[in-house]
Amino acid sequence: MNLQTTSAVELQRLLNDGSLSSRELVDRCAERISDQEPSIGAFLTLSLDTAKAEAAASDERRRRGALLSPWDGIPVAVKDNICTRGLRTTCGSRMLERFVPPYDAAVVERLRTAGLPVLGKTNLDEFAMGSSTENSALQRTCNPRDTQRVPGGSSGGSAAAVAAGESPWALGSDTGGSIRQPAAFCGVVGIKPTYGTVSRYGLVAYASSLDQIGTFGRRVRDAASLLQLIAGHDARDSTSLPAETLQLGSDDPSVRGLRVGLPLEYLEHGLNAEIHQAVMDAVRRLEEAGAVVQELRLPLTDYAVETYYLIATAEASSNLARYDGVRYGYRAEADDSRGMFEMSRTEGFGDEVKRRIMLGTYALSAGYYDAYYKKAQQIRTMMRREYESAFEQVDVLLTPTSPTTAFAFGDKSTPLDMYLQDIFTVTSNLVGIPAVSLPCGEDSHKLPIGLQIMGPHFSEARLVETAEWLERQRNGGDSHDL
Amino acid sequence: MTYEPVIGLEIHVELLTATKLFCGCLTGFGAQPNSQCCPVCLGLPGALPVLNRRAVEFAVMAGLALGCRIHTRSKFDRKNYFYPDLPKAYQISQFDLPFCVDGAVSFELDGGPSEAGITRVHLEEEAGKSVHSGDSILGSTYSSIDYNRSGIPLIEIVTEPDLRSPEAAKAFLEQLRTTLQYTGVSDCKMQEGSLRCDANVSLRPVGQEPFGTKVEVKNMNSFRAVERALAYEIHRQTGVLTGGDTVSQETRAWDEARGVTVSMRSKEESHDYRYFPEPDLMPVTMEAPWIEGLRARLPELPLARKRRFCRDFSLSHDEAYQLTQSRETADFFEAAAALHPSPKAVSNWINGELARLLNEAGVAITVSPVTPEMLSKLLDYVKAGTISSTAAKDVLEDMFVTKRSAELVIKEKGLEQISDSDAIGSVVQAIIEAHPEEAAAFRAGKDKVLGFFVGQVMREMRGKANPQVVNELLRQKLRN
Repeated sequence: MNLQTTSAVELQRLLNDGSLSSRELVDRCAERISDQEPSIGAFLTLSLDTAKAEAAASDERRRRGALLSPWDGIPVAVKDNICTRGLRTTCGSRMLERFVPPYDAAVVERLRTAGLPVLGKTNLDEFAMGSSTENSALQRTCNPRDTQRVPGGSSGGSAAAVAAGESPWALGSDTGGSIRQPAAFCGVVGIKPTYGTVSRYGLVAYASSLDQIGTFGRRVRDAASLLQLIAGHDARDSTSLPAETLQLGSDDPSVRGLRVGLPLEYLEHGLNAEIHQAVMDAVRRLEEAGAVVQELRLPLTDYAVETYYLIATAEASSNLARYDGVRYGYRAEADDSRGMFEMSRTEGFGDEVKRRIMLGTYALSAGYYDAYYKKAQQIRTMMRREYESAFEQVDVLLTPTSPTTAFAFGDKSTPLDMYLQDIFTVTSNLVGIPAVSLPCGEDSHKLPIGLQIMGPHFSEARLVETAEWLERQRNGGDSHDL
Repeated sequence: MTYEPVIGLEIHVELLTATKLFCGCLTGFGAQPNSQCCPVCLGLPGALPVLNRRAVEFAVMAGLALGCRIHTRSKFDRKNYFYPDLPKAYQISQFDLPFCVDGAVSFELDGGPSEAGITRVHLEEEAGKSVHSGDSILGSTYSSIDYNRSGIPLIEIVTEPDLRSPEAAKAFLEQLRTTLQYTGVSDCKMQEGSLRCDANVSLRPVGQEPFGTKVEVKNMNSFRAVERALAYEIHRQTGVLTGGDTVSQETRAWDEARGVTVSMRSKEESHDYRYFPEPDLMPVTMEAPWIEGLRARLPELPLARKRRFCRDFSLSHDEAYQLTQSRETADFFEAAAALHPSPKAVSNWINGELARLLNEAGVAITVSPVTPEMLSKLLDYVKAGTISSTAAKDVLEDMFVTKRSAELVIKEKGLEQISDSDAIGSVVQAIIEAHPEEAAAFRAGKDKVLGFFVGQVMREMRGKANPQVVNELLRQKLRN
């Protein structure tokens, strides 16, 4: 058995029956990391010594029969926009290259109290702005399936770490597709939960009303289990939903009677034929198993990218205004204080971040607010209604995760080309609903294709069950090595 | 042409919550710099605000005390501007849905009633405090920032342009301060910065409806400064207009030392705050019963209390006003007046001697060494004629220092007044006999000589004789 490609569920079984120790597991991850990192570059910062010590402590707990959680001892990678006390948190930016948070994000606290060793911090597009991880100011991350290609973004490091077998699972953040699109590109599973399911306390904000932490796994059940572990109410995040246990996963997933919607807007406009085919294959399998598939229209989808880029950049322009070199982060040398502020931002931020700050500042400016930001919010409200009424007819929506498979570095040469990568994923952020991306085949270049399943608010259990059913269909069993 | 000033005020008041608006840090004044902060009020990456419920209560109570209507659905907005002491580079404030709107403050001006409308009261967070080595951030070799203040809850009160003179502005501010102090939501200490005031002032020809161009005046650090700055600004604008020029819309700073306002920035340089709804906080919904619960918690407000004092205690307008300017003084008065039959005497002593002693010692009336009970006892002795008013002043001073009861002090000093006619009568008889010439003058109709005799008797009796009895006996015995 290849530990590096084994699911977290299987690792849990191995730990429980004593055939593997957490320390051995972390050692194997460390070996894999040192083997893979030169060609992948998923991690910006490693914390392997700490992880090894935490693993040893987990083994000790296991001996005493005092495990902190069912997942105690299984290591995890964390996207580098999630604050870790004493471990630098860079957001892939020069601005925070040396920033060491004095506190743990809520999700990191949950990892620690569940006994999960943190292997390190993974690469991302600067401040999570991008769809290829090429916008990281610190490092390039390559797609483990083809190192000439991007891993997707912005959580490219987390997706690549999981796909490359460096970490069994990982945390990411998703503002407009930043978990699902890299999951699709790297051939792993990614879940973005309902907005408010996971505390954002300690997640460095990009667009506060859209940001949501989620998970990556090699299997649906892995990603779902990690989500279950980090979900829950947190008084420190006012947008956190009231406590309700997230029940995920069924031993016998079924899709009989499931009402599946196929929104035509996601399948038109010259969608890549191979991706179209892969989605339709999944549809066919569902229909054969007793699901009721129906085509439907969600016309506002055509405004999704524009709406998203107005709201996200507006919030970003405000969220990123605090980086001025005064209290922490990059500080430029200058003759006077104003020069220091200006040069710190000029030198500390990359082009894409500056572009979005400028776009967002413009959208909020006097005289433009009504035409841009306010209108975008109105469309957002309309989209919410449109999706609510769609979910009166169907239980889930099935779409491609991304209009393309992983592309080559430098391939998306204009910002607009890159923004269109998000066309299928931004809506669930705008509406606040959960979405899963799972592998559903490969294109002619052997690159993975992602299938996205969306559902109404709080429908995670249904999404996971559907995804797990599809996964078993494709793999022919749940213990299949990838 | 004669011009009429039109003045509106913008007042910021820090709320007396134990902790900050969006985090659990303490709010106490005067702590070691940067000792009361956390990731939230330092605006560290990833930190999020959590609304302090008590601050909302206080803001709504302030609004209710100022006669406002309360919005049952409200929200917070981000006000974006860059300054190093504003750690997130935006202030969480309220833009188009403030908690409280449409209020009014009644106050007294030149002995008559006056009123100014309250446009809105909203809740927002304080910034940190910059201390520059030079005059301003640009002229300094270094600046220090204390973030203890960052995130302290603040209400902004905006008035209608209803004030017509610097005196009216000052009288309004005094009434506003008293009202807020009564509610207990703020201590309103201008010298500690827990109350700050900016003013908008414009001139228009008397009789003209539309307002003239307004100028915003900042940097006034006392009520007196507000009055002076407005007077200066009115004078300056009058000069501009009578010279045939137009007033330009701008922000000016009051220079206390020079007694002038100086231009800070023009309209063109004014900020675009790019307000938008704060995505990190949920909208605030207030149920009507909750609001009514807060209204029920409001104390009797100063103006109502003043009217009641006039009515129930037969006090003059001025006396009642003076007593009700602070809630604590009014409480003290009511406690003492409940124990002593003459409210007028209680009022006189509180506003007079006691106020003087407290003032000299720099002691608040809440911790006065002489309690309402002690004062009422003392006044009982005066009323009963046991001691004279003059002696009572000495007794009060002693009580103030030693905290002893009036009874003890009077006994020890032997200050009991002698009213016994036999004791006084014998002294009177002796004095008359010792001064036959003066006695003859009195009998001849020179009434004034009586004063001489009173003085002699009092001297003989070391001031303890009851003056009324002395008078009576002297007249009686001189006539015989």
